Amino acid sequence: MSETTLNDIPQLRRGFRFQWEPAQNCHVLLYPEGMVKLNDSAAAILGQVDGDRSIAAIVAALRERFPESDGIEEDVLEFLEVARERSWIELH
Amino acid sequence: MSAPGSSCTEPGPPLWLLAELTYRCPLQCPYCSNPLDFARHGAELSTAEWIEVFRQARELGAAQLGFSGGEPLVRQDLSELIGAARGLGYYTNLITSGIGLSEARIAEFATAGLDHIQVSFQAADAELNDLLAGSGKAFARKLAMARAVKAQGYPMVLNFVTHRHNIDAIERIIELCLELEADYIELATCQFYGWAELNRAGLLPTRAQLERAERITNQWREKLAAQGHPCKLIFVTPDYYEERPKACMGGWASLFLDIAPDGTALPCHNARMLPVQFPNVREHSLRHIWYDSFGFNRFRGDDWLPEPCRSCDEKGRDFGGCRCQAFLLTGDAEATDPVCAKSAHHGLILDARRQAEEAPLGLERLVHRNARTSEIICRSRSE
Repeated sequence: MSETTLNDIPQLRRGFRFQWEPAQNCHVLLYPEGMVKLNDSAAAILGQVDGDRSIAAIVAALRERFPESDGIEEDVLEFLEVARERSWIELH
Repeated sequence: MSAPGSSCTEPGPPLWLLAELTYRCPLQCPYCSNPLDFARHGAELSTAEWIEVFRQARELGAAQLGFSGGEPLVRQDLSELIGAARGLGYYTNLITSGIGLSEARIAEFATAGLDHIQVSFQAADAELNDLLAGSGKAFARKLAMARAVKAQGYPMVLNFVTHRHNIDAIERIIELCLELEADYIELATCQFYGWAELNRAGLLPTRAQLERAERITNQWREKLAAQGHPCKLIFVTPDYYEERPKACMGGWASLFLDIAPDGTALPCHNARMLPVQFPNVREHSLRHIWYDSFGFNRFRGDDWLPEPCRSCDEKGRDFGGCRCQAFLLTGDAEATDPVCAKSAHHGLILDARRQAEEAPLGLERLVHRNARTSEIICRSRSE
């Protein structure tokens, strides 16, 4: 498999849905017969994934939203790599 | 009301809602999980009643909704139910045999907002499939519908219930699922409730059959992972070859809410066999049912646990196992699940394994699930 790069455009695979669940007080990822609770940083990243924006654009948007945070680029690349391994997203 | 014999803290919300829309089904699988006496159950909930169930469960926190049965496709209002559920924010799963499906209905469901379709097969070849299903052209129909589901872009789970008569074809089953472009393949060895329990001597595989199937499944998992193939294989082993019980449903009434066709609310789809009074959505709100009803609190927490569970350091992991299995095998719904090697009744499990080796029943001896047989069972039990 090729490495994830900043130019890649991530997109949720069909059948995966990201949404806020008030009863669980968190964002979740829903898929056939399953559900993953997302922590705040995973939710912040997945919330930017729209099939349009590149990883570089997602990093830029998150830097703007969380100016105090270090290592956003590494966190985003690392998380999206895991998301791809788990077949939640595909990269274009 | 607080739970009988329970000191547990407030349960979390039901995250999973299973809507058993009907017990009607065109197929007659001998391992059906519907109750043996399904033919005697009351009238199905109406469209409006189901939608009210969806609304209340969503309010409690349910996010996954499975449309099941019986065969949910026999409900002519299925599109309307899907649309209502999707509008409430559920992830909607259709769990079907594929019989009654058509390209037009698949498209109609997509418009209504259906997220995913699971199609079940009985075997990887037409002859065995149709023999098990008790229906002449089922296999060809299933193949066509699985292809149509993928052609319309849905994610698809293919489900095979495996048992001694089809488990040796596991490799062919996996190959067929991959040909059909399944996203998930569920290879679920028969669990013994309902009709499957009635037919256990004709269904339970031998340990050697099971180990071979698991080995081949693992080889395929490695092969698919090496290819970066997105398809996932799920292998469910039967309790009868375990030494410790499963944490049934993740704990009694902790995540899962099942509504039977007549509105009876259950913590799992087998639980209505238990000698426990379960509430009905026609009489109570789901909030009352989930948090306060006797039935849903009956086995919550661990104060009710008998020995050897009570003093067992694994009780927090398996909660004493499955209540239905304990009741079916021992006649006591509070007993330790006999699957556990520490149970005084574990010999029943060993006997069943021995029977699978020495005296299994042939395919021709399986009792098919249908309304006529169900009536006969009801009558013989009431005499």
